[in-house]
Amino acid sequence: MAEQAKAATDTGPRPIVPYLKLDPTPHLIGQKCGICGATYADVSRMACSKCGGTGPFETVSLSTHGKVYVFSVIHQSFPGIKTPYMTAIVDLSDGVSVRATIDDVDPEEAEKDPHKFFNMPVELLTRVAAKDQEGRDVIAFAFKPSAN
Amino acid sequence: MRNVYVLGTGMIKFGRYPEKKVHQLGAEAAIIAIKDAGITINDVEILVSGNLFQASAMIGQRILQQIGQTGIPVVNVTNACATGSTAVREAYLGVASGMYDIALAVGSEQMGKAGLLGANRDGVADPAYNTEGKLGSGLMPAVFGQAGIEHMRKYGTKLEHFAKISVKSHQHASRNPYSQYRNEITLDDVLKSRMIAYPNTLYMCCPTGDGAAAAVLVSEEKLRELAGGRTRPRIAASILTSDPWTERDLALPDVSTLTRRAAKQAYETAGIGPKDVDLTELHDCFATAELVHYENLQLCGDGEAAKFIDERGGVHPNLGGKSPVNVSGGLLSKGHPLGATGVANICEVTWHLTEDERAKERQVPNAKVGMAHVIGLGSACTIHILTV
Repeated sequence: MAEQAKAATDTGPRPIVPYLKLDPTPHLIGQKCGICGATYADVSRMACSKCGGTGPFETVSLSTHGKVYVFSVIHQSFPGIKTPYMTAIVDLSDGVSVRATIDDVDPEEAEKDPHKFFNMPVELLTRVAAKDQEGRDVIAFAFKPSAN
Repeated sequence: MRNVYVLGTGMIKFGRYPEKKVHQLGAEAAIIAIKDAGITINDVEILVSGNLFQASAMIGQRILQQIGQTGIPVVNVTNACATGSTAVREAYLGVASGMYDIALAVGSEQMGKAGLLGANRDGVADPAYNTEGKLGSGLMPAVFGQAGIEHMRKYGTKLEHFAKISVKSHQHASRNPYSQYRNEITLDDVLKSRMIAYPNTLYMCCPTGDGAAAAVLVSEEKLRELAGGRTRPRIAASILTSDPWTERDLALPDVSTLTRRAAKQAYETAGIGPKDVDLTELHDCFATAELVHYENLQLCGDGEAAKFIDERGGVHPNLGGKSPVNVSGGLLSKGHPLGATGVANICEVTWHLTEDERAKERQVPNAKVGMAHVIGLGSACTIHILTV
């Protein structure tokens, strides 16, 4: 409840999805099934879609590093979305996969030589993606190439 | 469960019908199917109507308000792109269970020029929190682009292999008067058309459009009474699966695992193998989808889809091919009015198995077994196997 009360009065930036946490440093959180160990980038699971178990779920911090599994280069999107950009499925180091935009890559190069981008190590970053109806910055996460 | 047969079929040419209402399109297809069956609306005991975009508009009842308000039970179904095929399956179950002897399945859709499907699944009140384009893309071109990329990653598949599928699709469609697009295109045309979501260029994406199709399904007893010596296919398998838990399914919808499960169940139920299938209509919403489904439906082995294409697999036998796939033109060329697609597949397969006049220009010779596969993202997969 304390968190809700804080959110209601908070004029600071807000994450675009509840599983993105901005403090103390930006990171994703997940829920881990106490029965089978399957972990979800989520905060409100009622049960585990792998084993059907209804918990308990442990809230865990997810790795800020991972590798690109597959990607696509998007050339057509909605108004306000700059194209082309790379969308990808990133396998985080702790086994959870998430969908995100990949920054700091050359989409043209990815189309010429896709194999160079499979397994590419990436790290989490955050940036302002929009302003909400109450004037707060909405923060999205993305990934960029990393050294390891 | 009782044997179920396809007694009558009807469809209208897929295209754009801005001057008509969607239930009128459905009614047109239904009337054709009912006449083809040699019955009247008074003989129909249940109607199952598939429509996605106007799911809350009671399209099934509105069709009956056009063609005959006989007071029969009407069920309106939706299952994303598998909406039409799910309607066929519900009608099948009604007859197979013994509850009804004559069931009518109608699929209809009016999409206009809507594009980029699959957006705003977040259900957020403030659009600032809509994740599309901000956390990558969950639109259909992205999902199916990545399904193709995954195949590239695993097996080194080339862009040209995907592109060849679109060339073949258009070649097939040029022989189908019911097809939305009937123009032939070259490999160069496909590769040089504008990129939508790598590796799918514009011509590797199915169009949006309007259309309707209908099928009359009957019990064996009614078949004997009504077929009058005409050959009519039996539905040897009617399978529906949803996406089981797989490693990345919640981040990237896994279009393969549920298709593989459905195929295995369909072959077992029908008591046949993939080699026995004379023609397949599969869900080529994108060229990348068709390629991965060659393997998912066991038309070739895992990792062999590119080789299958190079050896003219999927091409009509009259064009020097083998294991024909989407001789109708498929979704890529025939079109994909969502709710109509799954019923139109049943029409196409039926026409080949019965040497119907409507498949004349593209008749697959001596076709005895046909398969129709549909995927609705979210996900639902249907497979029907028809035999004569």
